[in-house]
Amino acid sequence: MTANSRAWDKVQLARNPKRPTAKSVVAALAPDFVELKGDRLFSNDYAIIGGIGTIADRRFTIIAEEKGTNLEERIKNHFGMPHPEGYRKVMRLVRQAEKFHRPVLFLIDTPGAYPGIDAEARGQAEAIASSLRFLFTVKVPLIAAVLSEGGSGGALAIGIADHLIMLENATYSILSPEGFAAILYKDASLAPQIADTMKLTAQDLEQFGIADEIIAEPGGGWHLDNDAPIISLKRSVLAELKQLERLDSETLLKKRTAKFRAFGKYQEGNN
Amino acid sequence: MANFLDDHRNRVVRFQKQYRKKQIASHKLDIPERLFLKCPFCERSIHRDILMQNAYVCPECGNYFPLTARNRIGMLVERDSFNELDHNLHSLNPLDFPGYEDKVKQNQELTGEVEAFVGGIAKISGHKVCIGVLDSHFMMGSMGSVVGEKVTRLIETSVRERLPLVIVSSSGGARMQEGIFSLMQMAKTAAALAEHNAAGLFYLSLLTHPTTGGVSASFAMLGDIIIAEKGALIGFAGKRVIQQTIREDLPEGFQTSEFLLEHGMIDIVLDRREVKPMIGKLLAFHACEA
Ligand SMILES: [Zn+2]
Repeated sequence: MTANSRAWDKVQLARNPKRPTAKSVVAALAPDFVELKGDRLFSNDYAIIGGIGTIADRRFTIIAEEKGTNLEERIKNHFGMPHPEGYRKVMRLVRQAEKFHRPVLFLIDTPGAYPGIDAEARGQAEAIASSLRFLFTVKVPLIAAVLSEGGSGGALAIGIADHLIMLENATYSILSPEGFAAILYKDASLAPQIADTMKLTAQDLEQFGIADEIIAEPGGGWHLDNDAPIISLKRSVLAELKQLERLDSETLLKKRTAKFRAFGKYQEGNN
Repeated sequence: MANFLDDHRNRVVRFQKQYRKKQIASHKLDIPERLFLKCPFCERSIHRDILMQNAYVCPECGNYFPLTARNRIGMLVERDSFNELDHNLHSLNPLDFPGYEDKVKQNQELTGEVEAFVGGIAKISGHKVCIGVLDSHFMMGSMGSVVGEKVTRLIETSVRERLPLVIVSSSGGARMQEGIFSLMQMAKTAAALAEHNAAGLFYLSLLTHPTTGGVSASFAMLGDIIIAEKGALIGFAGKRVIQQTIREDLPEGFQTSEFLLEHGMIDIVLDRREVKPMIGKLLAFHACEA
């Protein structure tokens, strides 16, 4: 446990400040995107962008976690960490998508749900829990892609989908490596050494059957060539939509539930 | 089944002995003291039977003794009515995380439980229910694959048998050593509750000290009715993480049952001694008229 792990290199790539954020992906995928704000209950959470746009010739509701591209934006967006109103906006817009029979594309990029006094007071746990349960009832195709950082419940709350794509250097984990090291080793600075043990890379997640597909990035990372992965992502999303649209809504929901039902490793009987 | 209470009483003694040794190194329980438990707050020794009759609330100072899952079940359900389900689900080590098997084994020896959740079918105030309880003494009641699977199976049993569901939570949240598999249990339990909800069945969630992280952000906060024991710590993010993020002091009473009630997040806050009659009453409200 001396050298920095391979997984840590990916964590660094996923967090590279030059890496494209969700906003630019949305603009490239759906040039006609119209943002729709607010949860209709309390406020608008800038950490999550939601709206409608056309990808190729297909209309989608698109929901994306956005970290921000400069300091001012990052502060406004809480570095991509949603508050409860963010998840409540997600539920509102997905309900709307269902009403108009639009498929939903989730773009995930967050260190996690925001840990703060207001977030707790307004029910961070309830908002995430409700989003999880709700998304298992939604009768339109849900496709999700982890663009960069998939952190904890903050990512999972928009990660309930029929198909999960991850970019090659994206990560998806229970907690940040720093948080993980702080909890299990009482020392956040051990994060670079322990990142491997967390099994958080796209390749790990694909092996576990949690990620269904990996989108290749240019050598050295997405920030070196923004376009190629977005073109692949577009192709994947449209191809997957075609598959999912063949299913009637009952089958769609059954398959979605069955996918998540299978996650977990345990042994039955006396050991 | 007949020896359930005695059996669990012995287990509690064994557990308390070891637990206390760890917690309060200076205090050792010797054999004649077994019938008495010392309140960690007022330090008075209390006879176990008196403590049990008082719902494990110290009759002298009102302190809530931490309950094992079996304490809680014994307290809530009709005598000898509990039929445990899926007792023998064992954790594996999905990430090959160093030391995880040993940690699980240690906790099994410490608590006498296989895992951090005990579930089954029982009767409460004459109502047949599916009841499950998280045990915070077992790796902080954290949710790994086994806890997630057992919770999910209990929910599915409740749907299949058309029974009301009662889940008592006390958990530090995710089972870190199971990484992403732990996270996926949040989704899995929520998916089962989506079906439970659609089936029109009643789910009562009881939150006890502490209910945090991935457990609060999944099945614990999805009850049709959510009751919290007074003074419990309930929240999503850990206090230390919040403090490090916002760099401010946290308000008095932050993330307590009362805080959640005040902010509209739960239905009722109760003294532990009022929990059982209230559950009985709420089950009666939701019983099918015969
Ligand atoms: Zn006392």
